[in-house]
Amino acid sequence: MNTGFDVERVRKDFPVLSRELPGGRPLVYLDSGNSAQKPTQVIDVMREHLAVHYANVGRAMHVLGSESTEAYEAARDKIAAFVGAPSRDEIVFTKNASEALNLVAYAFGNPMNTDPRFRIEPGDEIVISEMEHHSNIVPWQLLAQRTGVTLRWFSVTDEGRLDLSNLDELVTERTKIVSIAHQSNVLGTVNPVAQVLARARQVGALTMLDGSQSVPHRPVDVAALGVDFLAFTGHKAVGPSGIGVLWARGELLDAMPPFLGGGEMIEAVWMDRSTYAPAPHKFEAGTPPIVEAVGLGAAVDYLSGIGMEAIAEHERELTGYALEALGEIPGLRVIGPQTLEERGGTVSFTLEGIHPHDVGQILDDNFGVAVRVGHHCARPLHLRFGIPATTRASFYLYNTPAEIDALVRGLHHVQKVFA
Amino acid sequence: MIAESMYQELILEHYKHPQGRGLRDPYDAEVHHVNPTCGDEITMRVKVGDGGKVEDVSYDGQGCSISQAAASVLYELTTGSTVEETLAVVEEFTRLMQSRGQIEADEDVLGDAVAFAGVAKFPARVKCALLAWMAYKDAVVRSTE
Repeated sequence: MNTGFDVERVRKDFPVLSRELPGGRPLVYLDSGNSAQKPTQVIDVMREHLAVHYANVGRAMHVLGSESTEAYEAARDKIAAFVGAPSRDEIVFTKNASEALNLVAYAFGNPMNTDPRFRIEPGDEIVISEMEHHSNIVPWQLLAQRTGVTLRWFSVTDEGRLDLSNLDELVTERTKIVSIAHQSNVLGTVNPVAQVLARARQVGALTMLDGSQSVPHRPVDVAALGVDFLAFTGHKAVGPSGIGVLWARGELLDAMPPFLGGGEMIEAVWMDRSTYAPAPHKFEAGTPPIVEAVGLGAAVDYLSGIGMEAIAEHERELTGYALEALGEIPGLRVIGPQTLEERGGTVSFTLEGIHPHDVGQILDDNFGVAVRVGHHCARPLHLRFGIPATTRASFYLYNTPAEIDALVRGLHHVQKVFA
Repeated sequence: MIAESMYQELILEHYKHPQGRGLRDPYDAEVHHVNPTCGDEITMRVKVGDGGKVEDVSYDGQGCSISQAAASVLYELTTGSTVEETLAVVEEFTRLMQSRGQIEADEDVLGDAVAFAGVAKFPARVKCALLAWMAYKDAVVRSTE
């Protein structure tokens, strides 16, 4: 398929990719699932905002205040369009995906929220999965500790897929919300949202997706998905850190109580009580990460300019190449789907007899290959596979097959050192 | 290629052929230490005999080559010495690890443990090297309680 995608041209947009590491090694950055690198287009927009448009948003009555507010709110428009949100007011800026997930968990079993969909009664349940990032586990554990709601989860199959064999027993009339990753940050698995959502709808439960690993890599349209909540973060989508997004259906945001109290989230304040601004501002207390939001707006502009379909296709080719090349290394075990079906560009693996920390150290030091090693904030998933840690290579629009060759060469060398 | 200097032959040898590994009886104290950032863990038992002599240090655990080799070297250096002597080694080893590569290791005190000098240049790996030694210190303190 010719999408007009030119990886060499893309690479020129990312200044870091042309830097040298100490000792003259080139950089081979295979850690975008952790955090992505930034293109000049994002860096320039942020620099310009800081240099000549910066002031606080929403409260300053001067030219800079109005320019800054305009840029901040324009970023909201861009992000709404990027994820297909029916309304710009459904986009809440948070600090990261973790805050977005915590914000939603906080709305349940909260006396301030009288909407029955959020009420927690004894015997009620929350359903997550064994492949979740800690950020989609711990907020729900905290909710369970606060309210007594029971936490349940989907298992993961040996192939690294969500085990839906007990879907109907797991998601029942007792379920208040099902919250799962759209794409696993370890396995690369893309989860079957439609099937889970259909069951959740049937029993009247809400559905939340952690889109941290999907929104940056493939077209995501919340209206088409039909879910109730989507969380994602800016820094994995070539945007800056410090900015994340919660999308939720407007009527749910209206029902939900504020998460943080402070400036700009109010309508009126008396000494003993307050009323709150409508969403999204109700959830954006205090001075927000202004330049970061503007930067994320530039990031989604950049990604849209290249085309999310083209990016997904490029990553698909890289993943196919990587699975084949890694499959030829003796003693290497891929943890996750071995085929490209419903799978993204994240490949985690173990090397027999060699700890991932040693693998990562030698890859970095000898070959400039940056991967992530450890449990990738998904410890329960590693326990499920009976391993303490994995080495993870994660690809993005700027990666090339030659970089996967460098990874493979590096792994052969690692095996030589530990032979 | 600074990491190559971290993976000294001696460290790799100990990793591939760990000395004294496996939990044994009798023992005076048993401790379990973990490194939450990377999941390395170790269970260690210490048996102290008459005159404060370390009769046995036995251990089991999992982790990277640095953490596992450190336990093996520790076993060799501590068994047969007095508690007092071994605590001096712990102190010198800790000082070396926290030096960020800025001090010269005292080979007279450290023996084979000088092979870990290169680890001190990698702040992220210092905890790996120290895991077994901190467990040992803890176990010895408990065994004399």
